[in-house]
Amino acid sequence: MAEIAQSKVPTVIADDVHIVYRVNTGSSGKGSATAALSKIMRRGKGDAPGVRKVHAVRGVSFTAYRGEAIGLIGSNGSGKSTLLRAIAGLLPCESGKVYTDGQPSLLGVNAALMNDLTGERNVVLGGLAMGMTREQIKERYQDIVDFSGINEKGDFISLPMRTYSSGMAARLRFSIAAAKDHDVLMIDEALATGDRKFQVRSEARIRELREKAGSVFLVSHNNKSIRDTCDRVLWLERGELVMDGPTDEVVRAYEKHTSA
Amino acid sequence: MSDTTHDGALATSRPLSEDAGLSPAELAGKYGLSVSGARPRLGEYVRQLWGRRHFIMAFSRAKLVAQYSQAKLGQIWQVATPLLNALVYYLIFGLILNAGRGMEKGVYIPFLVMGIFVFTFTQNSLMAGVRAIPGNLGLVRALHFPRASLPISFSMQQLQQLLYSMIVVFAVAIAFGNYPSPSWLLVIPTLVLQFVFNTGLALAFARAGAKTPDLAQLMPFLTRTWMYASGVMFSISEMLKGKPAWIADVLQWNPAAIYMDLVRFALIDDYGAKNLPPHVWGFAVGWAVVIGIGGFVYFWKAEERYGRG
Repeated sequence: MAEIAQSKVPTVIADDVHIVYRVNTGSSGKGSATAALSKIMRRGKGDAPGVRKVHAVRGVSFTAYRGEAIGLIGSNGSGKSTLLRAIAGLLPCESGKVYTDGQPSLLGVNAALMNDLTGERNVVLGGLAMGMTREQIKERYQDIVDFSGINEKGDFISLPMRTYSSGMAARLRFSIAAAKDHDVLMIDEALATGDRKFQVRSEARIRELREKAGSVFLVSHNNKSIRDTCDRVLWLERGELVMDGPTDEVVRAYEKHTSA
Repeated sequence: MSDTTHDGALATSRPLSEDAGLSPAELAGKYGLSVSGARPRLGEYVRQLWGRRHFIMAFSRAKLVAQYSQAKLGQIWQVATPLLNALVYYLIFGLILNAGRGMEKGVYIPFLVMGIFVFTFTQNSLMAGVRAIPGNLGLVRALHFPRASLPISFSMQQLQQLLYSMIVVFAVAIAFGNYPSPSWLLVIPTLVLQFVFNTGLALAFARAGAKTPDLAQLMPFLTRTWMYASGVMFSISEMLKGKPAWIADVLQWNPAAIYMDLVRFALIDDYGAKNLPPHVWGFAVGWAVVIGIGGFVYFWKAEERYGRG
């Protein structure tokens, strides 16, 4: 870590980031046409009734430097994943700003994949969704399939994804997501997928990606994988940054807090 | 070398010898960092979108295929669904309500079928546009791509769906004695213009639907009203006989009616130019350009806000 710290080039700067979700609770007659009409009519007078605000991240600031691997810890609903999405520019900030070097990408293509399509088509679709070109996908196609191990038990890649076991689907998703190199890489609890054999393989792949990436963010509830991968940890609680420092120190404080 | 803080506000304080006094914004400027998730300029946006053209195509095709992948007959439904639709409408409007007044049966049936399919093309693009963002929030919140890819991809899916329907349309046209002729080629520019119009409409309503998902509940009423006002199953000029001529003109100048009439004019021998409103091609191009570009710019203006909860 010492040699990394000397270069000290920032890759991500979060400046007093606030993120607010607005949730339509649909107070009356949810879904009916008349309710829709009256709701539209009521708009324009501030926040309509039936809309609840959830303040998910409250004033988080930090600077990440090139070569750092940063872990995010905190209890469920503490705003870790939300913060990652804001860094990736996927969720707009209510106030404050996130500055980044290049385009950070969130490791996860689950949403682009379709259960009714074959694994084969999903590999192509997922790759395209991440911004790979058709040539790049063709080049890596075999690697992706081999890495996922989908075909170890017969020709499953040409079957629709809905026929896969949940473990197989998770493995394929991870393999697609990990096929691309990223500037700023963000991983949201992806390490826990698949069987033991696959976990070992994916940890190795993440290490590889880390070496190529400028910075890595990892959200996990597994303190061991945080300790193995990260050299700095941000601890979030109720959307606020509780602690920011070297892994050992923060994880120890966090463990003390959770066991208490 | 990094100090632990118990206060979020101090978290940026890993002191840097020369960068210590800089505010986050100044620090970002110094190292050339850019604001994450900022809206690109229009030209840059178009360029990014062009870069994603393969994704747009693949996504639309995937949606199309996924639609019937659980059905035993599979992709046959692509053609069977519009055919059954046409039969139902013929049963109700052709036989029971006798909406085909003033037209020979040989004209009315192709007239009806083309009207339904061409209108459905616009209607479905519009509906898909409204749901483009709320229905794909997972995708929008997981990956980075120009958001316009979604509505464009959905109207592309509808275009492919329409091409399947056109098989039925051609079959019906031929079955009623309208044989392929050079005028059939007019279908191509008509559908291209309609596609541009639909995409613009889908983009505009995608922005509206992203802000107010409730719109999806309201749309069926709007589109149905639009359908009955556009002369899908009857001839506007025939129905409004005796009323002032400008009413018929206004109804016939509405984009849905324009594109329907052009397709009918191209494919049905006995549906002559007298059925078309004045300046029909001018309106066909005008609607496409105005709604196409307008919808795109309107959608782009809120690019950075899509995906907010």
